[in-house]
Amino acid sequence: MPFIPHTPEEIEQMLATIGADDIETLFDEIPANIRCQSLDGIPPAASEMEIAREVQAMADRDAGALNFIGAGAYEHHIPAAVWQLTTRGEFYTAYTPYQAEASQGTLQLIYEYQTMMTGLTGMDVSNASLYDGASALGEAILMAVRVHRKSKSRKILVPASLHPNYRKAAETIVKHQGIELVELPIDPQTGRIDPTALEQYSGEDITALAIPQPNFYGVLEEADELTAWAEQNNTLVIGVVNPFALGLLKPPGEWGENGADVVCGDGQPLGAPLSSGGPYYGILCCKQAHVRQMPGRIVGRAVDADGKKGFVLTLQAREQHIRRSKATSNICTNQGLVVTASTIHMALLGPVGLRNAAALSMANTRKLVEKAAAIGIAPRFSGEYFHEVALQLGQPAAGVLERMAANNVLGGYDLGQVNPSMADSILVCATETKTDADIDRFIDTLQAAL
Amino acid sequence: MSNIPSELKYTKSHEWISDNENGTVTVGITDHAQELLGDLVFVEQPEVGKELEAEEACAVVESVKAASDIYAPLAGEVVEVNEKLEDEPELINSDPYGEGWLFKMKLADPDSLESLLSADDYAAEADQ
Repeated sequence: MPFIPHTPEEIEQMLATIGADDIETLFDEIPANIRCQSLDGIPPAASEMEIAREVQAMADRDAGALNFIGAGAYEHHIPAAVWQLTTRGEFYTAYTPYQAEASQGTLQLIYEYQTMMTGLTGMDVSNASLYDGASALGEAILMAVRVHRKSKSRKILVPASLHPNYRKAAETIVKHQGIELVELPIDPQTGRIDPTALEQYSGEDITALAIPQPNFYGVLEEADELTAWAEQNNTLVIGVVNPFALGLLKPPGEWGENGADVVCGDGQPLGAPLSSGGPYYGILCCKQAHVRQMPGRIVGRAVDADGKKGFVLTLQAREQHIRRSKATSNICTNQGLVVTASTIHMALLGPVGLRNAAALSMANTRKLVEKAAAIGIAPRFSGEYFHEVALQLGQPAAGVLERMAANNVLGGYDLGQVNPSMADSILVCATETKTDADIDRFIDTLQAAL
Repeated sequence: MSNIPSELKYTKSHEWISDNENGTVTVGITDHAQELLGDLVFVEQPEVGKELEAEEACAVVESVKAASDIYAPLAGEVVEVNEKLEDEPELINSDPYGEGWLFKMKLADPDSLESLLSADDYAAEADQ
């Protein structure tokens, strides 16, 4: 019998063979109360033409607006060559290949990616990527707990300045594994982790401290001081970074005395378009000493029997296909295609290009802040920022943003969505994609909307 | 057939146990086990001071092709681990009953040693 077709006759034949009355009975073992009875709000099936029209109308709502929203996903210029090359047939798959060593080109690309990531983060090792930044944080926490066996508390300090979606995703991943995420408050003046709040945990058994750099509010954390505290307290450091910012900022591998232990983040700013939230990819790097607790795949360089250079998947013994339920992670694949784009993007930019783009983004956001000051709008926090800043409007932000959007300017992210006490503030980002005229238009539109 | 010294005790999961006659035992993996695993590249040891249940997974030996659990043969407390294995896991391949020992434990019940397999019992098990 052919494998694919599903004619009524064939279905009857298959059911008769296995002795089932109908397809429904195949699901009997799943208790009724956890089964999805009917899908509410799902419209009836439509033709391809109807769907194309509806989806195009949705896409049109995004197009044409001038975008100043960041909040975890950032608009950057992506050279046309990046996706032209990425979508070539040789690369066009979402997965690391199953017969890995037969695909030397793909392995070499991943190896180059890992090399670039270790260069950017200043860490010893990078894996071949994970799903996204938020789940990478979850994996980084699980990894820290496995690495730091002497710490019995399984408590992780997670600052309120860390992206709220990351905190939620990490909580979902780790909460049933006896790991406690303890919220570390921020200083309402600076927008950074409150050092006195951290001090209260001195001497306590804390497995790891997560340090976002820059943090959700765009503010730069005092990474050296925080890492020094962790080193003194025998606590591991998990850096949560924007890799684009690392073109300019001190790499986490150099924080404090010995650097961060694990570094994670979202790779989107390096070559992936915003595209309504994904697909993006997750970054995970660590110190050499922790490599055996790192989830996911790692490509290494080796020589074959004839002494010729080649690339291999390495340290596989702890992955699912060998270690089964005791594997270091349930991660079985990665975002190969987005990583391909990212690697090509970084190769085109080079270290100097990346640094220039980061510096330009930082300068643009400063221009925006200066011009906002001229209309009486000031940053909410006093802490130094990278390319994103919270502005206090003195009135409900939601209404202001709505009025700006009516003029085709996406003016920022309403911070009231994550914290009701910040409902008068917006998070704004002006990357290298914004011109002086764009920034002027932002200011004019904002002024009109106030 | 691999080497199975007659003076040692064994488990079905291929650990050997040597009575140090001071209430402690030394634990390692058998010659047969190291042969099956191939070249060892990493050993994850239990922590000194850890209380182990009998048959609890307490260490991991990793070769180029597999990572396998090591089980505590009997209940007791870990009193020493072979720190040489951190840099030289291959000692397990070259000298499984000597320099390749894994850890020492103080038995909760010294008489429990009698419940383990003899060399002959283990040879019969390993043959199957």
